[in-house]
Amino acid sequence: MRSDVSQFALTAPPSLEAVLTTLAQDPGQHTLLAGGTEIMVALGVGRLTQKSLLSIHHLRELRFIGVDDNSIHIGSGTTFTDIRRSKAIAADLPLMAQSASWTGSVANQNRGTLGGNICNASPAADTPPVLLAYGATVTLISKSGTRTIPYADFHLGYKKTALRPDELLHTITVPRHVADYRHYIRKVGTRNAQAISKIALAAVAKLDGNIISDIRLGAASLTDRPVRCSAAEAALLNQPIDASNIDATVRAARAALATEAHPIDDIRSTAKYRAAVAGNLLEEFLRSLSV
Amino acid sequence: MSLIHLTINGNKQTLDVPPMKRLLDVLREDLHLTGTKEGCGEGECGACAVLLDGDLVNSCLVPALQTNGTKITTIEGLSTTPTSGTDPLLPIPCSLLPALHPIQQCFLERGGAQCGICTPGMILATHHLLDKYPNPTMEQIQEGLAGNLCRCTGYMRIFESVQQAAQQLVVIP
Repeated sequence: MRSDVSQFALTAPPSLEAVLTTLAQDPGQHTLLAGGTEIMVALGVGRLTQKSLLSIHHLRELRFIGVDDNSIHIGSGTTFTDIRRSKAIAADLPLMAQSASWTGSVANQNRGTLGGNICNASPAADTPPVLLAYGATVTLISKSGTRTIPYADFHLGYKKTALRPDELLHTITVPRHVADYRHYIRKVGTRNAQAISKIALAAVAKLDGNIISDIRLGAASLTDRPVRCSAAEAALLNQPIDASNIDATVRAARAALATEAHPIDDIRSTAKYRAAVAGNLLEEFLRSLSV
Repeated sequence: MSLIHLTINGNKQTLDVPPMKRLLDVLREDLHLTGTKEGCGEGECGACAVLLDGDLVNSCLVPALQTNGTKITTIEGLSTTPTSGTDPLLPIPCSLLPALHPIQQCFLERGGAQCGICTPGMILATHHLLDKYPNPTMEQIQEGLAGNLCRCTGYMRIFESVQQAAQQLVVIP
């Protein structure tokens, strides 16, 4: 049943400072509303439990893409359309440009923000596997200061994050120097356009001859949260991928991935399918390195 | 309630509405602009798409407060010039009807509209697409309209309508 909209309070504080002050005054009492592509869906079907919302979509200070020698810094209010238009992201972070292109439709990309995609904390979200594979960090801001943590430490459980009730996700920082890495991303959904993932894998790997000298894997819908596949990474580090060894390397990697895959049955897919296809995606990536 | 100042189809308006009221409902219930349709109500189907400061958005996902200070274009705002002449099949003079926008005309001519629920969103998505890509490839058309679902046409006539509109529109009025 649809919600009674008169039961919800929504205000637009004039500045980031004002938002942080309000969050600090009544921590946990307010929910931030950016592009609305999640919260307004919950409102529409009567599932929105938070009664007091703060709009942050107008805050220009959260909407930026900055480039320095080492990193690309993306404000949490940056929309997927902004990401797709960025030449720097297209050049240095192709997996991010790719995942932005299949995050919802054009209309949703015009509204949906990177920060919202992360903080909504869906295990199936499109951007998190990319940020995990790229080794991103996130900067959280509150009235009492800022802190920067590895993005791999941000998701603590199903829809649980490291954000304190008085904190706001300010910046996502992604290292730029992955040009000598091989990149891979694949999302498996019911159809190509604006599907929610059954399973997705993003990967980067560096080769030293035929040896994998560095590898990072991020997955969606593999566990109760977006997850870095550290067991598979450990099984692959310093392993050979030449023609005579690739089969053994793939077997070991699939076995390791199976130990950290804890998918669920839901309306979109089954746990069995997800675990099997996650292994297939990893194998597809490894065999592409071997060619 | 919140006071919202916005421009709808070129007209400045001030509204006193609940701040979380969906733009879709503001358009239909408060402004009686019922050309914008509700389909899924969760941002999947594009039937409620409008232009907000020139960007295509699903109006079911925009809270009224976030439209403060913006310019909204709905399907009613695409065609503003009255038609001249008379049409014997119409009960009223053509001058009382708005002229069709060229995109609407192309949808009409190529069978791009059937039941009509998706059509306003399709036409605004096409407008947004042709703003970005005046000569879109088929792939760009398919991606630009991927957020607009149609259960009648099978899409081919819609794609043909968009291609014809692109040929006719050098500069989008």
